[in-house]
Amino acid sequence: MKQFQYQRASTQQGVLEAISKPGTKIIAGGTNLVDHMKHGLIAPDKLVDITHLPLKGITPTKTGLHLGTLALNSVVSEDALVLQKQPLLSMALKAGASPQLRNMATVGGNMMQRTRCTYFYDTTMPCNKREPGTGCGAMEGYNRMHAIFGASAQCIAVHPSDMCVALAALDATVIVVGKKGQRHIPFTEFHRLPDDHPELDNHLAKDEMIIGVDIPDNNFAKNSYYLKVRDRQSYAFALVSVAAALDLSGGTIKKARLAMGGVAHKPWRLFEAEKFMEGKSVTEETFKQAAQIALQGAKAYEYNAFKLKLAPASIVEALKQASGLA
Amino acid sequence: MNKRTLNHPKSTTGTSRVDGRLKVTGGAKYAAEFNVKGLAYGVLVGATIAKGSIRSIDSKKAENAPGVLAVISHLNCPKIPGYAAEPAKAPIKIFYDDKVLYNGHAVALLIADTFERAQYAASLIKVEYNAQKHITSLKDNLGSAVAPPSDAEFKKGNPDAWQSAPFKVEQEYILPSEVHNPMELHAIVARWDAPDKLTVWDKTQGVKDTQSNLARIFGIPVENVQVHSKYVGGAFGSALQVWQHEVAAIIGAKVVKRPVKLMLTRADMFTSVGYRPLTWQKIGIGAAADGKLVGISHWATGQTSTYEDFAESPADVSRQLYACANLYTNNKILSLDVGSPIWMRGPGYATGTFALESAMDELSYQLNIDPVELRLINYAETDPETGKPYSGKSLREAYKMGAENIGWHSRPKKPGSMTEDGWLVGYGMSTGMFQADREPATVKATMNDDGSLILQTAVSDIGPGTATPMVLIASETMGIPIENIRFDLGDSAYPNAPQQGGSTIVSSVGSAVYLACIALKEKFQQLIGNGGTDKPDYAAVLKQHNLVKLEVVTDSKAGTEVDKYVMYSWSVHFIKVLVNPLTGVVKVDKATCVADSGRIISPKTARSQIIGGAIMGIGMALMEETVIDHRYGKVMNASFGDYHVPVQADIPQIEALFVNEPDLNINPLGAKGMGEISLIGMAAAVANAVYNATGKRVTELPITPDKLVGWGELS
Repeated sequence: MKQFQYQRASTQQGVLEAISKPGTKIIAGGTNLVDHMKHGLIAPDKLVDITHLPLKGITPTKTGLHLGTLALNSVVSEDALVLQKQPLLSMALKAGASPQLRNMATVGGNMMQRTRCTYFYDTTMPCNKREPGTGCGAMEGYNRMHAIFGASAQCIAVHPSDMCVALAALDATVIVVGKKGQRHIPFTEFHRLPDDHPELDNHLAKDEMIIGVDIPDNNFAKNSYYLKVRDRQSYAFALVSVAAALDLSGGTIKKARLAMGGVAHKPWRLFEAEKFMEGKSVTEETFKQAAQIALQGAKAYEYNAFKLKLAPASIVEALKQASGLA
Repeated sequence: MNKRTLNHPKSTTGTSRVDGRLKVTGGAKYAAEFNVKGLAYGVLVGATIAKGSIRSIDSKKAENAPGVLAVISHLNCPKIPGYAAEPAKAPIKIFYDDKVLYNGHAVALLIADTFERAQYAASLIKVEYNAQKHITSLKDNLGSAVAPPSDAEFKKGNPDAWQSAPFKVEQEYILPSEVHNPMELHAIVARWDAPDKLTVWDKTQGVKDTQSNLARIFGIPVENVQVHSKYVGGAFGSALQVWQHEVAAIIGAKVVKRPVKLMLTRADMFTSVGYRPLTWQKIGIGAAADGKLVGISHWATGQTSTYEDFAESPADVSRQLYACANLYTNNKILSLDVGSPIWMRGPGYATGTFALESAMDELSYQLNIDPVELRLINYAETDPETGKPYSGKSLREAYKMGAENIGWHSRPKKPGSMTEDGWLVGYGMSTGMFQADREPATVKATMNDDGSLILQTAVSDIGPGTATPMVLIASETMGIPIENIRFDLGDSAYPNAPQQGGSTIVSSVGSAVYLACIALKEKFQQLIGNGGTDKPDYAAVLKQHNLVKLEVVTDSKAGTEVDKYVMYSWSVHFIKVLVNPLTGVVKVDKATCVADSGRIISPKTARSQIIGGAIMGIGMALMEETVIDHRYGKVMNASFGDYHVPVQADIPQIEALFVNEPDLNINPLGAKGMGEISLIGMAAAVANAVYNATGKRVTELPITPDKLVGWGELS
């Protein structure tokens, strides 16, 4: 078998130096990366283990909450501050994977996980994401789990995360560091659409690493809900998921945040639908209209046409749950 | 055991499985865990086309990789003596020729000194193919179906009678292909002890069958083959035959002159060890206004491979379940470029009842007759197919028990009319049935002078806890505590027993245990002489007579009762579901399963058996489906991540109830099987409950949210 080196990093600088060389991959929880190695999707020369860096904290800041990139999904989901300030994030995390996986998976790792498209995983199949230029197996194939928004002629895969859908809705910011220093990326702009480069999942440069995520304070805690519709009630990826957060004043929507999972190459924030709801009253009719707006531009393939019905239905259900209308 | 104790909701009545502790502590050793001396490791290379031939195999790189001992393919495979005598339609003859019969068909075996090296080197083998046009879609090729070798057609009365009935249902159903997917992957450790002497540690449901099949294939005497299979981590039918990987490992062991271990991958489990065939069905059923059935016609077409004519005969249930003058059943098979299916829990009947019991439910709404009542109106007092009496049938009581337990009276009469916390509520029910067989079995029973009783027979245990009822039968018959009894199984050295399949083991082997104990007691009586107690202190008697042991070997089999009666086990499933009116997500909220399977010997393991079958049924109803990309003829969800079986969160409280009415016409114990009936009918009960909740009838399984979303429309 192909041998690889394993290095445990003790400093951020050490990680940056290690990843500046080609063939090196960062490993944290390893819940997805190890799969990729086992399936023969990647064969790195070196793994640099970052789990010993002091980046596990969940700390209040002046304007919100900071999650260290190494904070475990299970820890974040049960954290008192998260539950108090950002219950939507906790709900999304608990909807993902299994307790065993959440005990290993980190915030940064969750963001870096790759699509579960079966054509991506099957090395005998064409896949532009795995091997650019080979074609998209899913486009004319079994595409039940695939995108209805933002796909390209190259790739119709979806990003599998639940956590990221909540963070996209909550206006989070990703903090990354590279040789040139830190930069802050709005969460909604961290992941990218496939366009002509489906091999790229996000805008993190090859020589950068994620160090944390900031979530600004908000008034959504009382009225937020994460709905995940899936083929079984645990340990399945979303057919469609919805992160809904509302800031209500009496029966009126002051602010709304809405994002979907399982529908695009990135967490799919629904800005237009949010804007539509602001100032409207909390009624099922408002939610239905928002759902109609949300679906504008959606495009289905042979096996995922149901998502054109399931997505709006799920938006309405999530908003009803969030607003207490259910 | 009285019925109330047996059926108490919190009942833990009965003995825990006697090998339970070994299983949960890792003390039970499974086939792949026998790391015998000098072991080498095999990894199979599967074809990446669905039909055609191998043009070339480039294995140079692989052969030069570290630790590699051999690469075996049709190019260099030693001659297998048994292949020549195989009939035209037979399991795959591995490495026999250059033909590729399905995507995943093993075309080469790499053997190395470690598993990791074998796996890596196998990835270096380059195979080129001459691909031919393949056909893997059943739905697109139904017209090419043909009659199977047996059970093709049955006619009683007028086959078209249902059409002229005042109330009728005509409906088509699709049951997707399901994979057994036991936890334990199929594995074998093969060792040649001499050029004509073979030992295998193998996952199998029948050590004797595996022994005779391997002897035939390799042209050696049966007694020269030893098969060990003491623990099997689930099988559900997938280990009922010798598969190509087993033969490959044995060939490999011969070539490298070392023992070889070969364990399938999870992905291999989807292509190489059978599955429940994808099946199209159609039912035509008609009734008079009073609910009396006028006619049932049932057509079924299931997929098979090009190299075997496997037929499940799902339509048969429609000539066996209800009293009806006009019956017609028609089974067909369709050859596709896929691996062969094989029996899977509740074969035929699980498929057939989904159609028949869905149709009965639909008919009940048309007639406006309670679905349970409709079944009672058409209750068969004698076998509709042959007119013979049943050996035993207490199905009426099963309906009553189940209806009471689930609260059937509180169901919404009108679909879609009841909600709980915003979710739609629905109740559904279904009947299940499966033949109750008794196969020949032999048990050796040895009483030792320390008071221990050893029972030996070559049955396998695929998970139900077979030893437990056997020990209980012996304990009761001999009058000794279960701690003094050991039941040895899973080894070809023991006396003959049937495969563990078709829910026959308590009836067959249990009866043999019982009769062996009776015979042993008689032997003791002969020693003691007249007037001795029926259950003496066996150890004392032996010592008194200067004997270290006393043993009997007792044969047991069915007699003329099989000509007199038809024999079935029965089940009834009642289900309550909740359906989200917007997303179409279905949650099973309650399940009540009633078994009418004769006397319950081992209540605790029987309950586990029912619960396990019910869970599998929930999977069948709501999530299990093998998906093929027909462009490549390849299974696209061959993993536990993509092929869904239920998880804990999907499973509600399941009530397992037993009628517990002994059927003494089938065997001296009055016990019948329940492994199959626990599953059979479940899918229809869930689908019927979904209809009751929503008014939407789903006729193609599984009932995933996409099949329901939007049925009421968003507006």
